[in-house]
Parts: sequence; structure tokens; C-alpha cells
Amino acid sequence: MDMPLPDPSILSRKARIVDRLRAILPHDAVIDAPAETRAYDCDALTAYRCQPLAAVLPRTTAEVSAILRLCHEEGVPVVPRGSGTSLAGGALPTADCVILGVARMNGVLETDYANRFIRVQAGRTNLSVTGAVEADGFFYAPDPSSQLACAIGGNIAMNSGGAHCLKYGVTTNNLLGVTIVLMDGSVLQIGGAHLDPGGLDLLGVICGSEGQLGVVTEGTLRILPKPEGARPVLIGFSSNEVAGTCVSDIIKAGVLPVAIEFMDRPCIRACEAFAKAGYPDCEALLIVEVEGSDAEIDEQLALIRAIALRHDPVEFRESRSEEESKRIWLGRKSAFGAMGQINDYICLDGTIPVSALPHVLSRIGEMSRSYGLDVANVFHAGDGNMHPLILFDANKPGDLELSEALGADILKLCVEVGGCLTGEHGVGVEKRDLMPVQFTPDDMEAQMRVKDVFDPQWLLNPAKVFPLGATSARRGA
Amino acid sequence: MMTLRPADEAELSALLRGRTGPLRVIGGATRVLWFGGAADLLDCTALSGITLYEPGALTLVAGAGTPLAEVERVLAAEGQRLPFEVPDLRGLLGTAGVSTLGGVVAANASGPRRLQAGACRDSLIGLRFVDGTGMAVKTGGRVMKNVTGYDLVKLLAGSHGTLGVLTEVSFKLLPVPGASATLVLRGLDDASAVQAMAAALGSPFEVTGAAHWPGEGTFLRIEGFADSVAYRSGRLARLLAPFGSADMLDGDDTARQWQAIRDVAPFHDRPGDVWKLSVKPSDAPGLVARLAADAVLYDWGGGLVWVRTAPGADLRARLGPFEGHATLIRADAPVTAVFQPQPAPLAALAAALRRKFDPRGILNPGLMG
Repeated sequence: MDMPLPDPSILSRKARIVDRLRAILPHDAVIDAPAETRAYDCDALTAYRCQPLAAVLPRTTAEVSAILRLCHEEGVPVVPRGSGTSLAGGALPTADCVILGVARMNGVLETDYANRFIRVQAGRTNLSVTGAVEADGFFYAPDPSSQLACAIGGNIAMNSGGAHCLKYGVTTNNLLGVTIVLMDGSVLQIGGAHLDPGGLDLLGVICGSEGQLGVVTEGTLRILPKPEGARPVLIGFSSNEVAGTCVSDIIKAGVLPVAIEFMDRPCIRACEAFAKAGYPDCEALLIVEVEGSDAEIDEQLALIRAIALRHDPVEFRESRSEEESKRIWLGRKSAFGAMGQINDYICLDGTIPVSALPHVLSRIGEMSRSYGLDVANVFHAGDGNMHPLILFDANKPGDLELSEALGADILKLCVEVGGCLTGEHGVGVEKRDLMPVQFTPDDMEAQMRVKDVFDPQWLLNPAKVFPLGATSARRGA
Repeated sequence: MMTLRPADEAELSALLRGRTGPLRVIGGATRVLWFGGAADLLDCTALSGITLYEPGALTLVAGAGTPLAEVERVLAAEGQRLPFEVPDLRGLLGTAGVSTLGGVVAANASGPRRLQAGACRDSLIGLRFVDGTGMAVKTGGRVMKNVTGYDLVKLLAGSHGTLGVLTEVSFKLLPVPGASATLVLRGLDDASAVQAMAAALGSPFEVTGAAHWPGEGTFLRIEGFADSVAYRSGRLARLLAPFGSADMLDGDDTARQWQAIRDVAPFHDRPGDVWKLSVKPSDAPGLVARLAADAVLYDWGGGLVWVRTAPGADLRARLGPFEGHATLIRADAPVTAVFQPQPAPLAALAAALRRKFDPRGILNPGLMG
């Protein structure tokens, strides 16, 4: 993958830039020794690495502002970083950049149950937001798989989703306001405890802009009362097509489960071997979870059972206890870990219209055979967000490139059937060069104009989201 | 003054490419005040028609000029709906046009269910627009989860035609629940009503509407399967017992009551200016006390306040600084800006975005600042 050449004039000024950063930050907030900056050379897309010029770890919005103002003056690119869990290379450094990590900014600033929001610093982890309010019966809904580690700032940058967004939406639907610092150091408050910020929806375009418009330092998040209970059911089918039709029928029937997860046979087998969750050995498996009181759950599950039985399932297992619920989720939640045990893998993230599910699964099967690489499928079926896992051997020369080519073909297929390249992981560097598959030059031009307004010198999180060829004129400006 | 009515996106694009004079962009012209002076009308109603509806995927795509009523009818036949309960403001504003989907999106128009199901922009999953230079742009798509590129969908929703003219919009939908009911608490003052609504919204019983109509009552709506509605409304009534005993409205009365709240019926055929405030719910009663209003109606648990005042009063001056914003919805004369002026740094960003997308300043000039 191509990255722009580092600017030699910046590299030659490293000592001066680091000295200036030290002058405005506490001593322990600036890291420049190569042995230490190595910790920031990649995110969760570990195939690509590059050591940054330096890394800074501010504790306050004022420090973030001072850092950005200085880097703006020096013309130094800045790569914002939450917890470094991006699967798309969203926090991949360039050699001439300063990594701005918000991990030390992890406080809760305000909790307000009457108005149902929490205000946190951007480095706070997703799960610990819920942790701060759950004793009082509330939770923060978006729940990416990495929620134990990932930071709210990263969630806002990537507009993260999760397994439960069929009912609760993704980050942008649960974000009320931000404090954001622009590249020139100016600090803006957008939105807050009221609904719908006035004027143009800047909050909406900042969320999901992959850290390219500004550095979010605080977020005001909507919190919700916890449901009385939740219960999953596991349904096994003898074909992917039938499982796909069942998903569509459940949705059409007016039930709105909080989650509908789908696993195919390669994934079921790997998870079973790894987690021993007691899954049936079948072609396709659905986990459907509904919420409410016991009686409400019974009512919804009865409806789901009636729909499922029309499709002749090989297994219909309803949880009757907390323990059984955990076992049903166990395999699904350990899917990525299970795959990691048996192979190296690339995790894709395309979304397709739910109606295209059977067609896409059968095409992925054909592609997998023609490339000679196994693909396991696990995904959020209710909203069509697929996570095909392409298994390869990192020690085998050419295998990574081959699996990337297969991944690109699968994502092109997603776009071809009316879907998109990425449902919740973001474009980053990973899917940057595929953007023209989904967008015309004019579509991308419109997006890049927004970047022009927020960051005219194109210094924030460079070489991400848009193909390098499309941005070269702007980056050189 | 001329009315221009492009037949399709290509015609619209050609029109805007060659245009130099100001345009007032309209669908049915049913929602927003216009004090912008003389401008030709750009009528978008020819960009009409549902292009895709997949009930099994909860997805609808339609031309921006498609009448809202047509969409609602088609969805109802499949037991589905737009989640955000679009207000019909014709009774309030005395307008008579046909509301269009594009107009709904341009105004980010959201009704009582906004507090649970999100605003119009939260259900909007994609759109096409033509900017002020004539460039046609697609953003988002027809799938619910999509983080590919910047989310211009949100930026365009609520931009009131100032960044571009919408040509096509895509929504995610929700099934219409089988049953609904409304609890009514009577005789609460504004402050107690907001507290009661906060208690209800902080409960796990999934309230989908929370409004306070002074003099009429405090209304809390529950929707879902029949048994579940009965169970939750019972539990909610017990939870709210400290605020008094609740009356219960059945499904038909619930529909009527919430339509009245959604459309601000208490202000129909009553004189005076009308404002809409978006505030932190618990701040609402205190802010209302500063207003010397003729009447108010609280929705969204207090987060939305409809205010009726004597004509010509500058409500923002009476409010002073507060967290939120006030929009002028109905007035005979331009008392002040329709939309709340933003803090300088945000206003500068918004102005810069408008210059990028509409460099000649021809699209609804002056409407948003």
C-alpha cells in the first residue's frame, strides 16, 4: 500500500519540534525516543506499520489546543489516536507525523439522569461509559466488539456500531454534542444536552470523519434506561439461503430484535472448536435477541419461533436461564478470537441490502474457491453488515496480497448489489483505494470540500479515507 | 418572479450550472418561513416517485419531490412507517401545499417520537443532491450501516436547501406496532410535568412520546404488542403514582391525541407568532417563565417547547443566553432571524461550507445566516 513520502523538511526539524512540544506540555506527555514511539507504529490493522516522529499524550482540551496550534505553525501532520483498535488503519502514523493520543483523557465530566446524558472525555473506553451509569440502571448503547478497549473519541471518529444497533442505532444516533479542537487550535462546542444542534448539522458530519476534521476531546452521549431483561434464541438452518429468508421474515413480521447475528458453517465450526458453546453442526446459525419483561420476551420469541418453524430449522434453542444465554453468545463473541487461533485473517466490513444476503453468500463461496482461500462469515444480519473473515498464512509469501485482492473483490460485490464498502470499521487506509468503486469523483469532491473547510492544509490524519491520487493536489497545497 | 420546475436531476443540474440569480427552493412550501425577498421559485415536485421499497429490508428510496402522503400510504399498506413521526405544520402555518419528502429532509422535520426513534436525519440513510454549481452528488446509500466516507447525509438534512437541492432520499423504516396507549396525568404544573416525564423516560418501559399540554394534561405514549403495551402502561402508572393517578387513552384516542401534539393543534387558528425551542428538558420550565408567552406546549419530555407570543416579540432577547436554540416558525413580519444565530466560530464554519457548495450564493440566500 502506498503512503506519501515523509516531508524531509519536517524530519530534519524533529529536534526543534519535540523541544517546542516539551515547552508547552508536561514532561511525561511527549514521547520521541524510537524505542518508545514504536508502541504507536500501528493500530489493529497490524499488517501496516510506521513509526511516527513523536507521540503526545495530553490530559486536557487546552493541551490538545496548544499541540494542534504548534503543529499547525510547523506544518506537521497530526494523527489522532484513541485506543488504537481501528481495524482499518485509521490511526496508522506517517513518519513525519505527531501521534496525538487521548488515552489519558478518560474522565467522566457530568452525569445527568433527568436529562439522560453523560459527558465524558474522549479517551474513556466505551464499556466504562456504561460502567459509570449501570449501577443506576442506565447504559450507553453502541457496543463495538472492541468495547473493552476502544475509546469514545475513536468511536466518534469512526461512527462505530455494534451488535445491538439494529434497535439502538450507531454512534451518530447516540451523540448529542462534542468539544472539538480544529487543526489551528480553535476549540468549538457543538450541541450539548439539547436535541438537534442548531444550524447546519456539523455534529453529524464530524461523527464518522475519521479524525480528519478535528480532534474530539469531549463527547456528550445519550444514555438509555436498561431494559428489564434480554434473552437470545439460537436457530440452526441447513442452508444460508433459508437462514437469510428467515431474517427477512422476522423483520417483516414487525418484531424488532435488538440483534440478529448470522454465522456460516466455517465460522460455526471454528467457534465450536474454540469456545465449546454447544452449537449444532449446521450450515447457518442465527442468534436473535429480544428485550423486555419476561412476558414481553415470551411474546416476541413465540412469534419468532412460529416464523422460524416455517423454514424447517435443524435446531431452535431458546435460552431459559442467564447461563444458557451466556453460552449462546459465547461462540459468537469469541468468533474473531477463534479464527485468530487457527489462522491469520482479514476481517471485512461491507454492508449489503438484507435481500441480497443469499446471493452474496453464494458468490463469496465461489470467489473463495477460485482464490483458494477459506472465508468464514459472521455478521449482523438484521442490518446487512457482513464480516467475512478471509483466512490466510502470513508466513507464506504473497498470501496477504492474495487475501487483500479477494477482500477487494468481495467489497466490490457488496457495492454492486447496492451496499457499501464499510458498515462500521471505517475506510482508513485499508479501503481508501476502493472509494472510487462506490463514489464518483464528484461524490468524493463534495466530501473533500468539507475537509477543505475544517483543515485547509490537510494536516489531520493524512493519507486516509480518500485515494492518494484524488488528494495529492490538496495535500501539496 | 418565475417558477422553475426541473423534470429530473440532469435538468436541475443544467439549470443550476447556468444560474446567477437567487432561488427559493421549495417542495410543498409547507414548513419554513421565507423573508428572503424576491427570488424565482425552484419547485422540486417533479422529482417524484418511489424508486425502491423493500419491506423485508425496512428500506425506502424515493424522489425528493414525492408527496409525503403518498409515501405514508404505501408504507401503511405493508404495516410500516417513517420512524420519526413527521409533523404536518399546514394547520399551524396556514399553508396549503403538499408536503414532500425532500422538504421533510431539508427541514429535518421530526415529531414526538423523535425522543425515542431519533430525528429525521437518524432514519435517513442516503441521498442525492445537486449543489449550487450544478454538481450532482450521492452520499450514503440504501443500507442501514454505512460509514464509507464522510456523512454528508447528516450535513444536508436540516440544511434547508442552502448547500444543495435534494433529488432523492433513502430511509430506514420501522414496523407499525400492533397496539398503543397513552397515560394522562392531569393538573401538573410545568415543573412537575417535566419531572414526571423524566421519570417515565428514565424507566425501562420504552415511552415513545412525552408531552405536556398545560391545562389539558401530561401525556405519555407506549407502543408495541398488545400484551406488552398493557403490561408497560400498568407498570408506568404505578411508577408515576407520586404525580397522581393516570387516565388511560386507548389506541384510537392515542392516535388522535398525538397527532394534535405533533401538529401543534392548540395553536391553530390562534393569533400571534410561534417559536420552537430546543433546550435541555429540565431547563424548560425556567426558560418558559422568562417568556411572557400566550401559550406553550412541551414535547420531547420538555426538550422541545412550542411557544405562542404576541406578534413581533423577539423571544431570543427575552431568553438571554441559554443552552439550545430558538427558531421562528410563524410570524407575519421578520422580527429577527428565522434561525438562532450561532456562536461566531460555528457561524464561520457554516458560512465557509455554504461558500464551498454554493459559491454564487444562489440557494435560499440568507435563510440560515
